[in-house]
Amino acid sequence: MTASVPKSAGEPRLAENILHFTRVLRAAGLPVGPAKVIAALQAVEAVGVERREDFRAALESVLIERHEQQALFDQAFELYWRNPRLLERMMQMLLPKVYTRRRADAEAPLPARLAEALVPPRSDAREAEPEEVAADAAFSFSPREVLQGKDFETMTAAELAEVKAMIARLRLPLPELPIRRLVGADRGSVIDMRASLRAMAKAGTSAVPLAWRERRRRRPPLVVLCDISGSMDRYSRMLLFFLHAITNDQDRVHTLLFGTRLTNITRHLRRRDVDVALARVSAAVSDWAGGTRIGACLAEFNRRWSRRLLAQGAIVLLISDGLDSDVGEGLAVEMERLAKSCRRLIWLNPLLRYSKFEARPAGIRAMLPYVDELLPVHNLESLKQLAATFARPHATRGTARAPGFASRRAA
Amino acid sequence: MPSATLPSSVDDVVELLEKHDYFADRRLATSVFLALKMGRPLFLEGEAGVGKTEIAKVLANALGRELVRLQCYEGLDTASAVYEWNYPRQMIEIRLAEAQGGVDREALATDIFTERFLIRRPIMQALVPHRGLAPVLLIDELDRTDEPFEAYLLEVLAEYQVTIPELGAIVASSPPIVVITSNRTREIHDAIKRRCLYHWVDYPTAARELAIVRRKVPGADLRLSREVVAFTQRLRAMDLFKAPGIAETLDWAEALVALDKIALDPETVANTLGALLKYQDDIGAVSVEVATQLVGEARLEAAAELGS
Repeated sequence: MTASVPKSAGEPRLAENILHFTRVLRAAGLPVGPAKVIAALQAVEAVGVERREDFRAALESVLIERHEQQALFDQAFELYWRNPRLLERMMQMLLPKVYTRRRADAEAPLPARLAEALVPPRSDAREAEPEEVAADAAFSFSPREVLQGKDFETMTAAELAEVKAMIARLRLPLPELPIRRLVGADRGSVIDMRASLRAMAKAGTSAVPLAWRERRRRRPPLVVLCDISGSMDRYSRMLLFFLHAITNDQDRVHTLLFGTRLTNITRHLRRRDVDVALARVSAAVSDWAGGTRIGACLAEFNRRWSRRLLAQGAIVLLISDGLDSDVGEGLAVEMERLAKSCRRLIWLNPLLRYSKFEARPAGIRAMLPYVDELLPVHNLESLKQLAATFARPHATRGTARAPGFASRRAA
Repeated sequence: MPSATLPSSVDDVVELLEKHDYFADRRLATSVFLALKMGRPLFLEGEAGVGKTEIAKVLANALGRELVRLQCYEGLDTASAVYEWNYPRQMIEIRLAEAQGGVDREALATDIFTERFLIRRPIMQALVPHRGLAPVLLIDELDRTDEPFEAYLLEVLAEYQVTIPELGAIVASSPPIVVITSNRTREIHDAIKRRCLYHWVDYPTAARELAIVRRKVPGADLRLSREVVAFTQRLRAMDLFKAPGIAETLDWAEALVALDKIALDPETVANTLGALLKYQDDIGAVSVEVATQLVGEARLEAAAELGS
């Protein structure tokens, strides 16, 4: 029966839907450029829409380029092309109906990335039910807003689970820095002799436009030192989810945990699956929720790791409440060395959630002069702020500020 | 004397290196032997100043081969590591063709991308035998480059060939002896390491270090040499940010010779410590008391050895 559908009626709608499907994938984070959209249309044209599996395989082969993208594609496909009577549905399908369908079985949890991609903040629904769409969005988003401002420490298990899902989607937009490698560019600063000469040889004359190159830009390495002592317990568990997300989002992220000892967990966090990764981390670390010896651990980092990890202009995130069992002994020296070996030292401190926070404890006083930036890290909102901090142009050293006290970094 | 024959046993390697003033321990000699025997690159990692680069130089010298050195740095690209086209010559060629008129563009395009216009950089040089023998290719401080260059090296190390888009693959007639060093300022990718024989170069034992000092700083008194070695070995046992390497020991011994010293004393140590330790914190950690104590111990040890 599908074959009997007049082509002129079916095709534009189908093309439009494929286009929209690729947009959904793009919004969910798959790299789907215009070339791929065209390729997808061609693939579907070649394979036809008579068989669902063929249709799916055709889209899949064009739109996926890494194994990790499979799961997201599968879910998106199931959701978007739900109706088994595929072509028939396409004939009728109008974009807003995707949303109403989604509502019908809201009990099946969706990956948040995908949910957000399917329900864009601003719907351009051309027909029907704009209000319902808005209601749907509000229903699923409002608890999120509450959670954003909530302290990790006061969350219920269910809330924690939801925050985990949100954290998994957080990205750190580290500033890209010019490196000493050149790439071809339309408006670069260095002449690309090779390309220019090839053009000249082809043209048989030296009057050709020059080809240019410019310095490539790359994100600097990120080194995270995270405190897992007793006082940080509740936070560090949430932060591990965050660290897992950023480790898998970009290359050159190194993570070390410290309490009474220093443990490098970078390799464990590289596991794609967050539960597998964290199980391995907890097996590797022996000093969960114990005391803190910040000075000793930083000393070990400086001696054993700093030259290996901080060589290429790394940014260091130090996550700690600064409460030190050694009362800040030897801490200042190690902090100074750490600050001098990295491009930027950022201290994330959950204690900053208290508006009356003061730098009383010896450990905090010893560390403060050497950090470039001091930021809170007790809830989701603060993690987002962190992302914003990176996006901002470089703060110069000596400008660390926190509510309640001024910077003491020596000039 | 250039010799095409490679050492036939580990003992041969030890002997050969020693003849050229390199005192290798047995493990290093075994790695070198295997690298030569199996035709695999040798990957040397270790702290700065323990003689990683030296081994390539000595190997080249001992085997009578040309040493081709590629010093790595951030942003190293194929134009400075492998080959580059000679742009001025190419430009002149195009101009000449223009002046003669009746340019055949296709022919010109193939003409100016021939070997005549190729500038060979270290890696390509290493693919060509010098005086009938494949050279030693030293890729120094690989950790200073970035991952893209490592990825490029994979082809070179796996096939001993370089692919130039305009010319095709250029294959080494006989593969070079490759030595790669790294100071471990970052981890080198497993794919590179997998193709190599890996060796961690450690600080030398006291006996080996003494032999090195005696050979390299012949002007130093025997007693002074012993004291210098005993002192440096003790420094390495301390909790320092950067322990002195052999290069520093030799520098220090030479400094002391230049000062006409024949024995260590705390004051001289304090004045010349900058030859051994390169971090202010480390120098600060060796206070007058510490220096006095270490000098005392070193003198005792040297005296005991001399007496026995």
